[in-house]
Amino acid sequence: MNLELSLFSILLVPFAAAGLALIHQGLGRSRSAAHAMLASLCALAVSAIVFVLFGSAWAGSVGGATHSFLAGGAHWDWLGAAPFLARGISFDGSDAAGLSRSLELCLELFAVGLGAIIPLSAGADRWRLGPICLSSALLGGVTFPIFAHWVWGGGWLAQLAANFGIPSFTDAGGAGVVQVVGGLTALSVAWIAGPRRGKYSDDGIPAAIPGHNIVLVLFGCILALVGWTGLDAAASILFYGAGPQQVVGVAINAILAASAGCLAAVAITRSRYHKPDASLSANGWIAGLVAGSASCAMISPLVAIFIGAIAGVLATYTIEAFELHLRVDDPGGAVSVHALAGIWGLIALGLFGHFSQGTRGGHLLAQLVGISALLGFMLPLIHAGNLLLNRFSTYRVDDDGHRLGMDVRELGAGAYPEFVIHADEFVPR
Amino acid sequence: MKLFACVLLLSGFFIVLAALVLLTSLQQRFAFVAAGFCVEVLGLVLLTQSYKSMTEEQR
Repeated sequence: MNLELSLFSILLVPFAAAGLALIHQGLGRSRSAAHAMLASLCALAVSAIVFVLFGSAWAGSVGGATHSFLAGGAHWDWLGAAPFLARGISFDGSDAAGLSRSLELCLELFAVGLGAIIPLSAGADRWRLGPICLSSALLGGVTFPIFAHWVWGGGWLAQLAANFGIPSFTDAGGAGVVQVVGGLTALSVAWIAGPRRGKYSDDGIPAAIPGHNIVLVLFGCILALVGWTGLDAAASILFYGAGPQQVVGVAINAILAASAGCLAAVAITRSRYHKPDASLSANGWIAGLVAGSASCAMISPLVAIFIGAIAGVLATYTIEAFELHLRVDDPGGAVSVHALAGIWGLIALGLFGHFSQGTRGGHLLAQLVGISALLGFMLPLIHAGNLLLNRFSTYRVDDDGHRLGMDVRELGAGAYPEFVIHADEFVPR
Repeated sequence: MKLFACVLLLSGFFIVLAALVLLTSLQQRFAFVAAGFCVEVLGLVLLTQSYKSMTEEQR
């Protein structure tokens, strides 16, 4: 393992969180901008602390202590059993295993923060700050660690080869562990919080509520590229043993997948609306990054372009379908961009990835088993957890919050106090 | 309806697990994993429909 390269890559990951935070606040309303940024900080803070206190123990590591059982002749390693409060990890550099584990913890810490920021996009303009912190704690303490253990911590999905004779489930850049888990949480939040007031007319036609600062959204895309490159590279090095040469390929594939996703969205929106749509193009960029991350170190640049382009097409059409046909009000398109593009990326790895062992069919089967675990186990777990939290602390803001905006309702002041930017506060009642 | 949808999602997952444990041939496993997937998609559609109808009722 290359210590300097992996540490450098890990330290790039917060740029992805910064990028997503800017994208989410830019795609929301101006009267919720400060709330959106503070929510991103709180989600990152809560998930990081809860992950170190509890989550890291359950995420575990390859070769570490685990909770497991025997069934059907197979060894089902389902949860890590490392000491809580990260007490089992030494930070003094006295042994190589401790160093490797501390790097994994550092990467997972940033990754869980990134995962916790994803659902904020689906709950924009109506999800209260307290429940955001609770949901982030659920993600950092339970849902992320479980799936991270299954894939990155030597859990049952990483042991498919040993137990069932098919290749193990692979997720080199966290498309499943970070993006799909975050995207499914976003779907759950969008369902629970319901659509924004005024989003749907009486006959069910959705109103366009444009983002308030597209410049920040597009700047967020550039920041996200830097962070994603770091995440893909660091995860490939730490969990799949990628070397420096493969890391160069990871960086090239990341920018190619993002570019193809963005250009696909630009082309589609231009052909449909006669002008490119900036927010959908930004979503295409992120969808390309998400889809490309699953197979980042295992594909050629040409395949990265193809995967990114399909992700851009998928995101562009499904964002509209969710809003128009399924009544899911997801202002930032998190469900399409993170969950669906992530699932496509995991399938694409099975279809096009370069593997040294195993058949193509076996790899595809392993990827389908992993996706099935995400949809069939993680989604009910995530949704049940969020429904339970909604009972204790209602996710959706009250009518005053909808009328005044989240900034004034929850923070007491707007993000842009010098400007009158929405007139309905001043309408006489 | 939501509970039934979640049960369908879990059932699909257990069909996939059963395919891994009980079957050995790649083709058979593919078929059963595909079947499990279909059950999961059915659960997802049901869950989506239940929230869609809830949104329409609230409106």
